[in-house]
Amino acid sequence: MTTQGTTTVIEAKALDLTFQTNDGPIHALKDVNLTVDKGEFVSFIGPSGCGKTTFLRCVAALEAPTGGTLTVNGMTPDEARRNRAYGYVFQAAGLYPWRTIAKNIKLPLEIMGYSAAEQDERVRNVLELVDLEGFGGKFPWQLSGGMQQRASIARALAFDADILLMDEPFGALDEIVRDHLNEQLLALWARTEKTIGFVTHSIPEAVYLSTKIVVMSPRPGRITDVIDSPLPKERPLDIRDSQEFIEVAHRVREGLRAGHADE
Amino acid sequence: MSNGAFKAFWAVLTVLAIIVAFWYAACIPMNIKGVLTEQERAGAVVQPPSAKDRRDLSEFGLVLTNSFAIPATWDQDRPRLPAPHQVAVEMWETTVQKKITSKRSLVYHAWVTLSATMLGFAIGTGLGIVLAVGIVHSRVMDLSVMPWAIVSQTIPIIALAPMIIVVLYSVGIQGIIPKAVISAYLSFFPVVVGMVKGLRSPDAMQLDLLRTYNASRAQGFWKLRLPASLPYLFTSLKIGIAASLVGAIVGELPTGAVAGLGARLLAGSYYGQTVQIWSALFAAALLAASLVGLLGLVERKVLKRMGVAQ
Amino acid sequence: MILVLFAFLLWLLGWWVNGRLASGPYADTRMVRFLAPLIFGLTIIGIWELVVRGLEVSLVILPAPSLIAVRFADSLSVLWADFVQTIIKGAFSGYIIGCGAAFLTAIAVDRWEFLRLGLLPVGNFVAALPIVGTAPILVMWFGFDWHSKAAVVVVMVFFPMLVNTVAGLREATAMQRDLMETYAASYWQSFLKLRLPAAMPFIFNGLKISTTLALIGAIVAEFFGSPTLGMGFRISTSVGQLSLDMVWAEIVVAALAGTAFYGLVAMVEKAVTFWHPSQRG
Repeated sequence: MTTQGTTTVIEAKALDLTFQTNDGPIHALKDVNLTVDKGEFVSFIGPSGCGKTTFLRCVAALEAPTGGTLTVNGMTPDEARRNRAYGYVFQAAGLYPWRTIAKNIKLPLEIMGYSAAEQDERVRNVLELVDLEGFGGKFPWQLSGGMQQRASIARALAFDADILLMDEPFGALDEIVRDHLNEQLLALWARTEKTIGFVTHSIPEAVYLSTKIVVMSPRPGRITDVIDSPLPKERPLDIRDSQEFIEVAHRVREGLRAGHADE
Repeated sequence: MSNGAFKAFWAVLTVLAIIVAFWYAACIPMNIKGVLTEQERAGAVVQPPSAKDRRDLSEFGLVLTNSFAIPATWDQDRPRLPAPHQVAVEMWETTVQKKITSKRSLVYHAWVTLSATMLGFAIGTGLGIVLAVGIVHSRVMDLSVMPWAIVSQTIPIIALAPMIIVVLYSVGIQGIIPKAVISAYLSFFPVVVGMVKGLRSPDAMQLDLLRTYNASRAQGFWKLRLPASLPYLFTSLKIGIAASLVGAIVGELPTGAVAGLGARLLAGSYYGQTVQIWSALFAAALLAASLVGLLGLVERKVLKRMGVAQ
Repeated sequence: MILVLFAFLLWLLGWWVNGRLASGPYADTRMVRFLAPLIFGLTIIGIWELVVRGLEVSLVILPAPSLIAVRFADSLSVLWADFVQTIIKGAFSGYIIGCGAAFLTAIAVDRWEFLRLGLLPVGNFVAALPIVGTAPILVMWFGFDWHSKAAVVVVMVFFPMLVNTVAGLREATAMQRDLMETYAASYWQSFLKLRLPAAMPFIFNGLKISTTLALIGAIVAEFFGSPTLGMGFRISTSVGQLSLDMVWAEIVVAALAGTAFYGLVAMVEKAVTFWHPSQRG
């Protein structure tokens, strides 16, 4: 498992998932093979129905594959879930309206049985990490959408999971807020050295953030291309105007088009 | 039938079967004391033999020591709890086997109650809709009347029923009208509140659209507010008709009325005719269920036609 | 006849004042929202008084408000005893038992799919029935005192409360449930931290509906037999004696008790579900 100091965190081999619906079976994932190493930032991109979210949910043990093998930290996804191996950020912030921001971040900590002092300490740390100092006492509905989503990231960072799974976390936000959060997310990734799985349908977002881009296509949901990004780890926003960036983006677009042409 | 509906069907059936089984089981301890007294009079040997001793013993103990009497607990003349089949037989005999004009026909009594319910419901609903339209169009009425309509929902206004019957009787009005009055005011307030909510349900964008057409107030009412209010109206109609039925039944209690489901309930409770009470109760339940069901059917048809629902 | 004319003038005055208030610059203030219905109510009472006196309406048809007020003041101890018997002992204990039992049943129904499929349609069906009709049976079983009234209340509030609570417990979204799943939260953790708080608006809806039902049940059940005490008893015997002022006094008590009970539950609701859009205003 260990080669040259890198550790495999997520490994999928010939992964298959078929949903039985009233309109017949849907092949959500077909023969998916993928290895994610520790500290990588992996984006999953593709049109809707390509299985990118489904794959992330399989890693989180929110869906059960119908074929192939999938390991997370060398365990089955369900074991990993019970070991609280990952934090999950959904498309919507999904903060509980009856809890303050601080209490929302404490939610997983309460469930996992952290001491009260430890909870307070961690809340302070992650609020600072996502730039929300001073908002702990507010209720979610008193905050903007971008701030709510940052709070939900803080919630996923509060406990010691070395994997962060994010399912289109910025999909509902406007472009300016999104740029800002992307920048912050990269800074956060650099500081915490977590392994991040990130689902998106935005090509610039995927290229800007990732060390590895997984291009997927639908019917059946499958991987059509895996691109290792040549971009440096240090990425200011204007890197998006560089030649390398445009080349990677081009290759992603080609991959998406190829998947589309198959039909 | 789809798999899910099939499963739900069996689940409901199972729950109903459990309820009936529980009901039969409950008859045994509920009726055992009465049965033992009867059996003793008929010459059977019961344990313990004295009625006075039995009074202080638990029903379950008596059942164990007198298990021979169990079948009789489902077949008493005036049981504390009649068995399901006794109620069913009574209902059959008083509906199918009696002429509907007979005073002993349950259909006759149900009709007496139903006619008062329907008359009152029609009046209450009609007035309720009119008032709701007034409230939506007049700021003064909204401010003055609406709070009272809302407060009325928290008050047991049914307590007025006996007085209405007697007062109307003293001015010479009796029969269907007093009961209909009670039914009317019980359905009136839910309809007002629901209809106001419905007429106000169109959002600002929809209202603005009509303004861009320079639509008149009347056009706005007929083309937007009224259709938008229908789902709300039907919801409150279903509440209203159930309330109307309760009103008609309660309206039959105080005067010693001789006809109607409420009168059957009261007479049954005076003379200890439990089987009669239970069958009147089931008749009332069937009536309520079919009225609400019928409204649901009309609702689906109307809303479908208007394209509000699928 | 002159009094009837006064009544008409009073009506015009009330209408004019409220009209001014409604079209005035303060129409949307709290003050006006409170004053307008109050003026309307007082106008109605004033007209009632004037018309009854002016037309010399018989006491056995409609007593004047002033007579009702006098009767109310004179019978405080009787009204209080009736209130305790019917509202506190009958309605209130039945309300607590019925709502509590429904809540526990709802948890079981929510936990086991089979119960939800089987019991919920039955509960929905029963919730629409004229359950108050069970009063004669329950009076026969539990005797004339308040126990039978509490039993009627239990049966009346149980199903609306059950249906509302079950609906509430299913209110948490799939995403919120998934979040709990990612924390590997236990059933009870996810129940206490997610589903119960999310259900609160529905639970309070059930509790509010049940306050009125509880009062109706407790009062109507007394029409089928009671000790010589209680609001329903007083209403039915006073109607029989044609002392309608006493009936009206009891109705005033019922109205006050109903609004106070409902208001109390609504206040607790506001404190508990402050986060819900309907409460944020």
